[in-house]
This record gives sequence, structure tokens and C-alpha cells, in this order.
Amino acid sequence: MARYEAMFAQLNKKNEGAFVPFVMLGDPDKATSIAIIETLIENGADALELGFPYSDPIADGPTIQAASIRALDNGNTPTECLDIIAAIRDNHPQIPIGLLLYSNLVLARGIDYFYTQAKASGVDSILIADVPLREANRFIDIAREHQIDQILIAPPNASEETLQTIGELSSGYTYLLGRAGVTGAETAAQTPASELIDKLTKYQVAPPLLGFGISTPAQVAHAIESGAAGAISGSATVNIIAKHLGNTPAMLSELGQFVQAMKAGTLATFKE
Amino acid sequence: MNHLDSKFGDFGGMYVPELLIPALDQLEQAFIDARNDPEFQAEFMSLLTDYAGRPTAMTLSRNLVSNPLVKLYLKREDLLHGGAHKTNQVLGQALLTKRMGKTEVIAETGAGQHGVATALACALLGLKARIYMGAKDIERQSPNVFRMRLMGAEVIPVNAGSGTLKDAVNEAMRDWSGSYDKAHYLLGTAAGPHPFPTIVREFHRMIGEETRAQIMAKEGRLPDAVVACVGGGSNAIGMFADFIDEPSVRLVGVEPAGKGLHTHEHGATICTGSKGILHGAFSYIMQDQDGQIEESYSVSAGLDYPAVGPQHAYLSDIGRAEYVAATDEEALNAFKLLARKEGIIPALESSHAIAHALNMADEATEETIIVVNLSGRGDKDLAHVTEVLGDDI
Repeated sequence: MARYEAMFAQLNKKNEGAFVPFVMLGDPDKATSIAIIETLIENGADALELGFPYSDPIADGPTIQAASIRALDNGNTPTECLDIIAAIRDNHPQIPIGLLLYSNLVLARGIDYFYTQAKASGVDSILIADVPLREANRFIDIAREHQIDQILIAPPNASEETLQTIGELSSGYTYLLGRAGVTGAETAAQTPASELIDKLTKYQVAPPLLGFGISTPAQVAHAIESGAAGAISGSATVNIIAKHLGNTPAMLSELGQFVQAMKAGTLATFKE
Repeated sequence: MNHLDSKFGDFGGMYVPELLIPALDQLEQAFIDARNDPEFQAEFMSLLTDYAGRPTAMTLSRNLVSNPLVKLYLKREDLLHGGAHKTNQVLGQALLTKRMGKTEVIAETGAGQHGVATALACALLGLKARIYMGAKDIERQSPNVFRMRLMGAEVIPVNAGSGTLKDAVNEAMRDWSGSYDKAHYLLGTAAGPHPFPTIVREFHRMIGEETRAQIMAKEGRLPDAVVACVGGGSNAIGMFADFIDEPSVRLVGVEPAGKGLHTHEHGATICTGSKGILHGAFSYIMQDQDGQIEESYSVSAGLDYPAVGPQHAYLSDIGRAEYVAATDEEALNAFKLLARKEGIIPALESSHAIAHALNMADEATEETIIVVNLSGRGDKDLAHVTEVLGDDI
């Protein structure tokens, strides 16, 4: 069974949602980045969402932009990103690993080449922040050839037509946007409207994970109560890295506590 | 689904977050409706004529060209209100903003010319403008910052990245992805995601249409070549659009070669030829081998952009238009020459087009008519040119 399917099946059995932290690969440097990701897994991350640093991230707010810049300033390259993933995959054969990045990084050496390399490193899914459904076909075709899930985004303002297409094409999971705007913990996600969740169910989209503006366990619990299969938290996670630059033990310790608290939000027993 | 073609061959498209698709679709629909609405067209025409000063003159240069076989005309967009062609399409998009029931306008600006044009249109039409400008550019172009503020626009410095035009575009797109309900993103050039390249071309196409009518009246025939500078490419596509289906007319775009194409300091995206996606469109861009966007450079801030409009990429690929490059030095020489010989101070952007047109004029061996789009006036560049040239005038 594919890793996302296996994860969702297991979590369903336990009546839990998924908690998926996002970090930027190579932030602040390769060795620390690996230690960070290991800490996320140790403390209960159900899956990983990992970013490739990019010079012009138009969907990202200041926190994730700064993470990109830190990594690039330390000489991060796409090759280093894939090396980090391969190292994680070696230690963790079952955890679903998703990439989140921008189209020009995928195009630079050819789409097929990129997906081949990603697959070889142990990647399960790829989300390209600036490829909407309308431009997604050639990426989805290549993703399928490599048995990678192309992750599609369901925004709060999605038309019926968009949701129907996502239903037809999505696999792995569906990235459900918690709000408009760019990534960032400054503006909180809104609980998805029940009509939106109803439509996602009607069109049988891949399990929806709520992202954008998720920074507290209570938000995770609300997301799951309202029908999401789990939640993704990026900027809140990266803020902890930024706060402790230069003090890795403190960084890892707070990241560990954060992931445990957020994971607790996915449990049926969660109390605010 | 799109109602207009979103691509030029493989180029163009809508490479933006899913969140922005409804806003781009709404814009496309508003543009299509406006095109078929005589009332909108009448208002746009009236603004162009009575407010902006169209049609602009076309001037036969008297002293610039020594080759007796060549007639070199200047299409005088420098005479347009605001000091550059930019005003044309900004008026069009500002009217679309009102038509969509939006009250706010977001814009990016590099040299400040698009920002100034946006500020004047928003002042005129009662829209609230916020304009993103790289922190470095704010320093380099302080008179334009003052102009924008004078006309009521808010100028927001962008410190992210390189603090120049591409970062201002990033920031404007980020703003728009959270504010599209109330705000229109008034993109300043014929680049970006569909429908911007098409809308900006259509709102500038009168440049070429007037040129055709004026040259037919003066010469009784079409020109042999039209020449325009290309950064994002809006003035060039406005000049080219009406001549694309006239194979006898050479279309020549002049990119900024900065300190030379052999250096890393230039902005000649088509000439150096590497394809990729930036700011929503697949086109020629400046990037490293990993796909990270590189900084562009030009003495002229208006050409200092690491991508180019997708229709130019297409016209180059199919061989319909030629793209060449002029260095800072060549542009500065043309700047001085036009001032000295014709009494016209051109924008540094337009000076690139003049520089190449003068080379074409020198090389002509038969009777040749060339029209250069003099896209803007050079008042804004005086401080910068003085700094670069010192007393060497």
C-alpha cells in the first residue's frame, strides 16, 4: 500500500487525525536540518512536508522566506535537499514524505528528471505552489509515471468545477487552504466551511489536510472535528527554528515539545 | 476555463497559486466584457485624448542620422501625460478595476514610472493605491517616490530579496493573494500570468496603430522597421501589435546588455536564452542551473527585470521579431546624442532603442524608414545620468 494510504488507514483505526509539520530543507544548514527532521519524527509527526529553498517564493510570508534565505546563504542546492531526504528515508521506511516547492526548480533540469530523482530519494508526493489545476496536467502525467502523488490545492474560494477536477485527479492527500493570503502564523486559519467539506466528500477528493495559519493544538483539533483528515503546520514550526538559531539543543527541544502538543490535538481525547 | 488564449505557443500560462485563479478569471471576464462595451471604450478613448494627450506626435529626426538613405522617426510617447507610454494601459486597467467593483489597487514599480502612472490614474478615478517598490529602488528614484506620494499613493518599501523590481512583484502578488476581493493587481508590463500580457498589449496597441496612420500619411507606405526597448516588454508589444501581420515590417526589440552580455551584469533575457517560470509565466528568464532566479542589471531601472513578456519570447522563437541588446554605454551615448542633436531628452530605457536604431541607420544600403518608439522622457534619469557621467557632458 502506498505510504499515505497506509498512514490514513492506521490513523483511522486509532480514530486519530494526522499532524504534518513543514520545514525548509537545509535550514539553517544540512546537518541541523537532518537533526530537525529526525526530531519531528521522534516526537510524533505522522508525515513530513518539506520545502525546497527558492529565491522568489510568491506564496510564502516572511517566516518561510527567511528560512529559504538562510538555507540558500549556506549553499543549499536541490541536490543537497534530495540528499537530506534520502538520509531520512533510510532511517524511516514508512513515513510519508511530501515536497512543497516552486515550478522553476522542477523545470530547471527537466520535469521528468526531477521526478526521477525525487522518487529515487524516497519522496511520496510533490506539491508545486505555483502550478494551479489549469497548468497541472503535464506534471500529473509525469508524477503518475513515477508513482508519485501530485498534491492539489483546494482553496476556500474554489469553484465547484475546481473541486470536481480535484476529485478526479487527486491522490495522496488534498491540501486544503485554511484561508486566503500567503503562509504565516500571524493570521490564523479559519475552520473550513462545512459546505466546502461536504463538497470535498461529494467529489471524493484525496483526504484533506488543512494548512496555512495553523499554529496551535486547538486549531488542529478544530480542523479534524470539522472533517479534515489532519493539519499541516509550517510557519509555526519554522518560527521555532528561527528563534533558536545558534543553539541547536534548545531548538530541537522546543520543536519536540511543539510536535507532541500539536499531535495531541489530533487525538479524540484532546481537551482544550 | 479561459475564454482567451492563455498561451503564446508554449509561453505564458497561469503559473500562480490556485488561490489567485478566480481573481485572474474575473479579470479576464471583465476585460472581455469591456472590449464589447461601447461605453467603456468611449470612456477609455476620452481619457486617452482629453487627459493623457493622445494621439502622440511622430517626429522625423532632423540631425541624428547621417546616412541620407535613412529616415528615422520617433514615436513620441515621451509627450504623454506622466512622461511615458505607461499611462495608456494604467488608465485601461484602472477603468477595469472600477468595472469589477473594486476600490483598491496594488502595483509594483521599479524605476517608479509605473508607480507614478498608477498613482495618477488612481487619483483621477478615486481609487486607493498601494505601490510596492524595492528599498534599493526607493533610494535610486526618490523624485518618483515623492510624485507617487503627492498624488495620494502609499509607497511600501520591499526589503526582501534584492530589494528591486522582481521583489516588488513578489510582494504585490503576496498582497493580492489575500486581498483580491477588494483589490485589483495593476501589473505594470506585458508579463506575468494570463490575462495580463494580453490586456497590457491591447491597452498599448494604439501606439502601433497611430504609428501606422502617421507613417502612411507622411510617407504613403509602411515603415521598414519598428524598434523598441524591451524590459518586461510593454512599450515594444504596444508598438509591434499592429505590425505583426505585416511581414515587410521588421520588429526589433532591444534588451539591456548592461555591462556586456559576456558579464553577469545585464538584463537581456531573450538574447541569452534560458527558459523558465517567473511571476506566473513561462518565458525567457535569468536563472542559475538549479532554477534560482538571478539578479538582472541595467543602467536603466525600467529595463532591470530578469524575465520578459511571454509574447516576446514567442515572437522570438517563431522568428517574427528580432531581439538584440545595447549596453549601458551605448544607451548613454544615444541619450546624449538625442539631447544634443534633436533637443529631446529620452528616458534611459528608450535610449537603448535609439542606440540600436542608429546602428541600423548606419548600416542601411538602401532607402529605409525606421520608427523608434521613444517610450518615455528622461527627466527622471537626470540625477542618475549626472552621477554616472559626471562632468563628461
